[in-house]
Amino acid sequence: MSAVMITRKVRKWEKLPGKNTFCCDGRVMMARQKGVFYLTLFLIVGTCSLFFAFECPYLAVHLSPTIPVFAALLFLFVMAMLLRTSFSDPGVLPRALPEEATFIEMEIEAANGNVPAGQRPPPRIRNVQINNQIVKLKYCYTCKIFRPPRASHCSICDNCVDRFDHHCPWVGNCVGKRNYRYFYLFTLSLSLLTIYIFTFDIVHVVMRSVDNGFLSTLKETPGTVLEVLVCFFTLWSVVGLTGFHTYLISLNQTTNEDIKGSWSGKNRVQNPYSHKNILKNCCEVLCGPTYPSVLDRRGVMQEDSPVSAASAAPSSSSSTNPVPQTTKTTAPLIPNEHTPDEAKPSIAASPKEEHSPDTKGPPLASPETDVETSIAKDKTH
Amino acid sequence: MQGLVPTATDGNMATEFHNLQELRHSASLANKVFIQRDYSEGTTCKFQTKFPSELESRIERTLFEDTVKTLNNYYAEAEKIGGQSYLEGCLACATAYLIFLCMETRYEKVLKKIAKYIQEQNEKIYAPRGLLITDPIERGMRVIEISIYEDRGSSGSSSGSSSVSGSTAR
Repeated sequence: MSAVMITRKVRKWEKLPGKNTFCCDGRVMMARQKGVFYLTLFLIVGTCSLFFAFECPYLAVHLSPTIPVFAALLFLFVMAMLLRTSFSDPGVLPRALPEEATFIEMEIEAANGNVPAGQRPPPRIRNVQINNQIVKLKYCYTCKIFRPPRASHCSICDNCVDRFDHHCPWVGNCVGKRNYRYFYLFTLSLSLLTIYIFTFDIVHVVMRSVDNGFLSTLKETPGTVLEVLVCFFTLWSVVGLTGFHTYLISLNQTTNEDIKGSWSGKNRVQNPYSHKNILKNCCEVLCGPTYPSVLDRRGVMQEDSPVSAASAAPSSSSSTNPVPQTTKTTAPLIPNEHTPDEAKPSIAASPKEEHSPDTKGPPLASPETDVETSIAKDKTH
Repeated sequence: MQGLVPTATDGNMATEFHNLQELRHSASLANKVFIQRDYSEGTTCKFQTKFPSELESRIERTLFEDTVKTLNNYYAEAEKIGGQSYLEGCLACATAYLIFLCMETRYEKVLKKIAKYIQEQNEKIYAPRGLLITDPIERGMRVIEISIYEDRGSSGSSSGSSSVSGSTAR
């Protein structure tokens, strides 16, 4: 009698390499460190709760009931954008399966020709011409692929991300092709919400002080002081960040490219992706197509063993590849050089660096792949 | 080396689909060719139409180029930035993108069309020649993977899993 093993359906997210955490059976995808994200949530929800508790009753009566209604709508939009940015796949590129990695290795070997013994092989770079610009595609030693243009490897999440912008600890995720517009709308709506709350806090204090006096107003609504404090510091950083990203969008650049100075104009290098028209650039980034995730997180892993029950079940995305997805790729034919990806700069990824609790300064972590600009290995690793 | 079954003319789909399964079970995987992305027009999804040398003896160049060109057209349609994409974007933004919980995006609709097209191409053209195309979405939209199968029953004239010289390098 053969024993029948009933194996649990293993979904592909459980076997994905990289340092992401997944929730809700693969529906939610975030970075490993979520502490700062919880702080962001706490600050937004906390400040808005104080606003609804202290200011809104007075303002609804004395000014207009639409004030709290609009604040509520704005708050919901901010939360929706934040959660969408934090929980979605930023545009992670899956690692090459062994056959693809081997194929690329063979191409590199053929392109390099014979390297005399003792000499270091040339760096793995592929040149492509995009709109009359030569763009260098770098080889990622971790993912074993030549990165598409504008993709970069995030050391914190250990993934290559398409159209990589930056890794944002405040949203607990990378910002890339798929979630950049949500990130931008989040910063924009948060700026509006902050300005809104700040303005109506002042209006409320002024109106109440006229009746009751300044000090007694503060005693009646102590929350106001806290809100004003948070909003004041938030304003400078979030509004600044929104302005910065508006500038980037109008030029169709990413934060990563801006920091590296890829299209700064030296050596007559220009941004080949820009349409040279601000409106067109904005439309492409904000109203472009919604790209699908190429990571099939919720697909069922194909089991090869005959006793497994999962093998009988057709996977939701049928994989015609007989080789199951593995977490490790086979060793390349050419021994790994010291990978440039390993040396990543970390512009203090620690959240304690900022004084103000809700400030969103320039990106705290900018994964680099350039050996020349690498600083120190990410200490949060 | 011809495939396992006679080249279908306008044979019925049931037989051809059966042949696709037979292909996987009775043939052994000899080699895989990866068609790379063509970035000359930017980051939009487009694949190179250069005919790889490994397929020279297996399939006609025009058939292969037609397949890749059609795929490129599908992807261009999905990523087109025009009136419809603006409308979709603005409507979605107005609903805080909650509308995507019930509605399928245009890209997803085109991906379904692509999957159907690839299956159809496999059944009609590639499987009879002992080849199999993998949908690029399963490889991160980086490559079109074409698997080359050899008939297990054939005499030892198959190329086995011999490595190929880097003749497809740029």
